[in-house]
Amino acid sequence: MAKPKVSTDWMAGCAGCHMSLLDMDERIAKIAELVDLRSTPITDLKVPDESGVDVGVLEGGINNTSNEEVAHRMRSRCKILVALGDCAVFGGVPAMRNFFTIEESLRRAYIESESTDDSGKIPSDPELCKPTKVRALHEVVPVDVFVPGCPPNADTIFYVLSELAQGRIPDVKDDKLSWY
Amino acid sequence: MVAQKITIEPVTRIEGHAKVTIRLNEAGKVDHAYLHVNEFRGFEKFCEGRMVFEMPLITPRICGICPVSHHLASAKAGDDALGAPPPRPAALLRELMHMGQIVQSHGMHFFELAGPDLLLGFDADPAIRNAVGLLQANPELTVQAVNLRKWGQEIIRILGGRRVHPSFAVPGGVNKALTKEERDLILSGYDEVIATIKTGIAIMNDWASRNMEDINKFAVLESGYFGLVKPGNTLELYDGDIRLIDSTGKELEKFDPRNYLDYIAEHVEDWSYLKFPYYKKLGYPQGVYRVGPLGRLNASDQISTPMANEELKKFKLINGGKPVGNTLHYHTARLIETLYAAENVKALLDDPDILSKEILNTCRNPKPQGVGVIEAPRGTLIHHYWVKDNGQIEKVNLIVSTGHNNWAMSEAVDNVAKTYITGPEISEGLLNRVEAAIRAHDPCLSCSTHAVGQMPMVIEIRDVEDQLVQSLRRD
Repeated sequence: MAKPKVSTDWMAGCAGCHMSLLDMDERIAKIAELVDLRSTPITDLKVPDESGVDVGVLEGGINNTSNEEVAHRMRSRCKILVALGDCAVFGGVPAMRNFFTIEESLRRAYIESESTDDSGKIPSDPELCKPTKVRALHEVVPVDVFVPGCPPNADTIFYVLSELAQGRIPDVKDDKLSWY
Repeated sequence: MVAQKITIEPVTRIEGHAKVTIRLNEAGKVDHAYLHVNEFRGFEKFCEGRMVFEMPLITPRICGICPVSHHLASAKAGDDALGAPPPRPAALLRELMHMGQIVQSHGMHFFELAGPDLLLGFDADPAIRNAVGLLQANPELTVQAVNLRKWGQEIIRILGGRRVHPSFAVPGGVNKALTKEERDLILSGYDEVIATIKTGIAIMNDWASRNMEDINKFAVLESGYFGLVKPGNTLELYDGDIRLIDSTGKELEKFDPRNYLDYIAEHVEDWSYLKFPYYKKLGYPQGVYRVGPLGRLNASDQISTPMANEELKKFKLINGGKPVGNTLHYHTARLIETLYAAENVKALLDDPDILSKEILNTCRNPKPQGVGVIEAPRGTLIHHYWVKDNGQIEKVNLIVSTGHNNWAMSEAVDNVAKTYITGPEISEGLLNRVEAAIRAHDPCLSCSTHAVGQMPMVIEIRDVEDQLVQSLRRD
């Protein structure tokens, strides 16, 4: 039987959940044996296979129009979608921006900040995405597995991926929800 | 032929979210290439109203690869704002955590992010041109690389309780002393780590000697160079003065980093969420400078640890004692810094104060502002807080490491596109070289824009009427 295909990506997070994944250290070789790792931010395959993957893992919440596209695409191409980390599960620290308007946040960064010179303006080139309200992943697409933590620890991530690799839905509870 | 636009989206094997557009003129030659950093989160706004002692725990969420840099810079800004300089043992302990981070971050970058290009080749099949491909091609080297990163991460965990987003530094000091057992545990991994770093240096030197043509034509830029130094222009990563030199090696400035606003400013372009820092006296873009390993090794004259200092001497010979401007030598410089950081861990652990319990200064002499500056793996990191009497944050200004390199990365992308894309045939390997120009800087785009993201890879070539001429897909 072919190995399950796994694809990951990151959105409005900090890459910390992917670093915690790498913190499984040499156990990554075991995961590489159990699954076929497809597109991830650190491999050169850029999108989850159009023909579909078995497991999609997304880190980060949604805070702009690019993230919305990433979330929808991953949901449509995977059978089981995992929200990895507090940003994906709840919105996380970046969701603190929701207490302010997007306009205020952009103004502070690109016009008002003390080190910004007279060229200050809010970037608006069509090549760039637009910021949106910050949302957790499940507010945008249905999610199958939630793995909270900021980040979740490497043992939990290893457990989640091993279970999924062997066709089981992981039961994330008790010490798997440990902050440390 | 009509003018065209090529888009590379996303750039992979970097931290963060970037896209490149390459504009071709009617003759099919590259007119200009742009690096669009495509995310924004807004830490400088949403931290308003928080307490100054929360900042060392909020700001690391800017980045999961270098959270320790933010954690420490934030605590230093707190030290400054509260008038509470940490006792010497606390400063040593913070520096120890910082060295752990330099080792893990630089190590991961060389072996796992940049490594696939150097070890498997720029033109290798994208399906295997990654860390998993390396694992299959050279499992022994991959294990060594994993252990190198692990050693750095374990130093962070031992001191701060966890590897990513630890809790350790507070305004005035740190919250935990080091035990003798922990010290010995860290030291036990030292020899293997030194061996792995030396293997990395040998790999890079070998690659450089076999690829001299690339080294000498791939984005060899002129710019200033910027980084912290200690007296004698000694390389410094935790605390020192900022030194800025020009492209010939002449010193332009040396200043207390807390006065950064007198010397540098940030320029904004419409087409990127990342701003462009520059030296005010020369204006933009004449005043651009590079930071991170290449910036720091150029701005330094010596390194305080012996093995790394020997490597620095060799590095200085590359351009006859003048600053080294070759973008690909970022990889060489990064490994030399990794060696320094590892040697420095041992030096710190041998310091008699490292096991002291005197780790917190509780005196308070508050000021309305505090600035904390540190050399993160990718460059000079500045945290500036305006703090009310009650300890609440009024305003925040951050200039984050990779940001200083924005001009250089964009220029490198433009340079490499123009050097390597010369005909109508545009292969995936050529586009990978454009990405490699960015990767050499080891950018942390989450950090620099205080944001992150990713998107699918489609290269579209459109004519001036926006009709699709050719489409390349990488998936």
